Amino acid sequence: MNGLAAWLADARVCIVGGSGGVGKTTTSAALAAGMAARGLKVAVVTIDPAQRLATALGLDELGNEPQRIEPERFAAAGLPLGDGELWAMTLDPKRTFDDLIARLSPDAETRERIFANRVYRELSDAIAGSQEFTAVAKLHELAQDGSWDLLVLDTPPSRNALDFLDAPDRLRTFFEGRALQTLLRGGGAGLRLIGRGTGLVFGLLRRVTGAELLSDLSDFFRLLGGLLGGFRERAEQVEALLRAAGTTFLLVSSPEREPVDEALFFARRLRAADMALCGAIVNRMHVDELGGEDGVLDGLPARLERAAGLSPALARGVAAAFADEHALARRDAANVARLRTRLGAEVPLLAVPLLDGDVHDVDGLVRLGAELFA
Amino acid sequence: MPAFANKRLVFVTGKGGVGKSTVAVALAIAAARRGLRTIVAELSGQARAAEAFGIKPPCGEEVRLAEHLHATSVGVDEALEEYLHERAGRVGDLLTASRAFHAFTGATPGMRELMTIGKTWELAQDPRRISGRRPYDLVVVDAFATGHALGALRTPATFAEIARVGPIAHQGRTIDATLRDPAQTAVVAVTLPEEMPVAETLALHGGLREAIGQEPAAAVVNACLPERLGPRQARTVADALEAAQDRVTHAALRSALSQQARASAQRAQVERLVDGLARRSAEARQAAGDGGSPAGIPLLELPYVFAEALDLPALEGLADRLEALL
Repeated sequence: MNGLAAWLADARVCIVGGSGGVGKTTTSAALAAGMAARGLKVAVVTIDPAQRLATALGLDELGNEPQRIEPERFAAAGLPLGDGELWAMTLDPKRTFDDLIARLSPDAETRERIFANRVYRELSDAIAGSQEFTAVAKLHELAQDGSWDLLVLDTPPSRNALDFLDAPDRLRTFFEGRALQTLLRGGGAGLRLIGRGTGLVFGLLRRVTGAELLSDLSDFFRLLGGLLGGFRERAEQVEALLRAAGTTFLLVSSPEREPVDEALFFARRLRAADMALCGAIVNRMHVDELGGEDGVLDGLPARLERAAGLSPALARGVAAAFADEHALARRDAANVARLRTRLGAEVPLLAVPLLDGDVHDVDGLVRLGAELFA
Repeated sequence: MPAFANKRLVFVTGKGGVGKSTVAVALAIAAARRGLRTIVAELSGQARAAEAFGIKPPCGEEVRLAEHLHATSVGVDEALEEYLHERAGRVGDLLTASRAFHAFTGATPGMRELMTIGKTWELAQDPRRISGRRPYDLVVVDAFATGHALGALRTPATFAEIARVGPIAHQGRTIDATLRDPAQTAVVAVTLPEEMPVAETLALHGGLREAIGQEPAAAVVNACLPERLGPRQARTVADALEAAQDRVTHAALRSALSQQARASAQRAQVERLVDGLARRSAEARQAAGDGGSPAGIPLLELPYVFAEALDLPALEGLADRLEALL
């Protein structure tokens, strides 16, 4: 076994993390297809795939449940899936959150009252903590289902990759934290204070917020308070899944300084939280055929005129382009070397060269997969 | 041209990783050069503008970076405290000290976004709501990534609607009216000439109209590669590559062709963006029954910076280009 196949030999869940714009979605899809081609039943959960990629895979956006990708699409691109199966879905965060509320509601009446609450209706996106918690809640649901050999989760595009790791905690903090607890303390004494009380704080609050908002909000808090136990349990299960034996994280980065810093920060957090890291992929490496060699730019235009018969103007243009690319290749190599050193020898690292053009079709995924599984 | 110099509030947004912060700082540098008293407001708890000038300011503080140029990192707690104090004086201070009140604001969904947007609005008021603070001519907001930014821009109207009456409703409506007024507020969409960022920019057009009834006032395409070879020259180079004998020549020709291939893929994405924005803009005008000027959305390209890190001289260089938007 080579490359990713070896890294993921024991994995049942692979969470692909990294900062925005580094190729997480394409890497997730290429690795899922590659593992399917090794005979596994694989599902990949993506957040926001490029429309061209979704179309290329035949993904219907409305699902919110995995759909089987027709194996012919990959066979035609030279990657027969054999006995393996590739499934994929695009996450609908709002719907996933609604589903969760429905499942945790003690009865139909509570559920309907929550869905009808104006604060919930208007602001549930904000409660869901954007997409991070819903992504991992969906992952948990699919893992419970047990019908997959491997689940691949493409984490949401956030400025900070750590937002993802913090998501279960943030929601738990919302439900368990000082904030809501204060409101719900002693069977809702805090809420009574705010909702119906005539005390000082209530008077002041009404003065700065307005009475109607206050009453909608206290209804909202009271209703969600009934789901508290269920949420706590769910957050614990999700947290346990992130630490489970078959769960591993895969870091994805591009070779620029900031994504590399972020990848290192992410790796430290994983280590501190005792979560497994199977390896790191660096996408879109600028490479030239001379690596980091010094002095190759000296007298280059003259050499190009002489050795390649280019006109002086064209020779200058080619030399200028090469100077750019050479500088980027050296920069990228230095950043990857830093990543390798800081991650340590026990974390395998794979650098994938920049492919000419974006990867947004099945051919592209197969090409990327060939690099990942080489 | 959008003439940003006459606006009060400019929100800079785009997909994660496209260079929003860079564009925001460079745009503010350009405005300050024009003599506008300008402030960059960062929303992500970062202080990248100040750091580029070697300053590490505390959250919520407005610091001077250079002549006419200031920066602040918007903090939710500080913004809330200021709001309460301005709104209710000593009574507000009492609330700030109340645990139940912190519980209430901490648990209310969307409150963070409301406070953040409210603070950027306050920075743009003349006179300022906070006594003793000097007004700015222009506030450049280094905003959240597209989806989150759209959600945040909607919160003043959402809260106004839920609250219906009372101070939050009133405040929400006032802020929303400022956001909807193209004479005061503009949104700049930053993108890269690549598939996903371009798709997100095109989606932003509809999302922004829905959120605040405005189009992006400009699109900035960041990190555009130079087109050093024309099509005929590229063929000459490809032929020379076939025949190349020594490895330095081979490597140089190969790299030049690779750069050319990427540059022309970028051109295709820029064209897709131009066409897509023009079409959406025309559809929007038609839907609004407004036969007004088909001026379209101006698009500005910034060059790829071939450097290890984006330092102050590099930012100054990008500011030169962004002056076109003022």
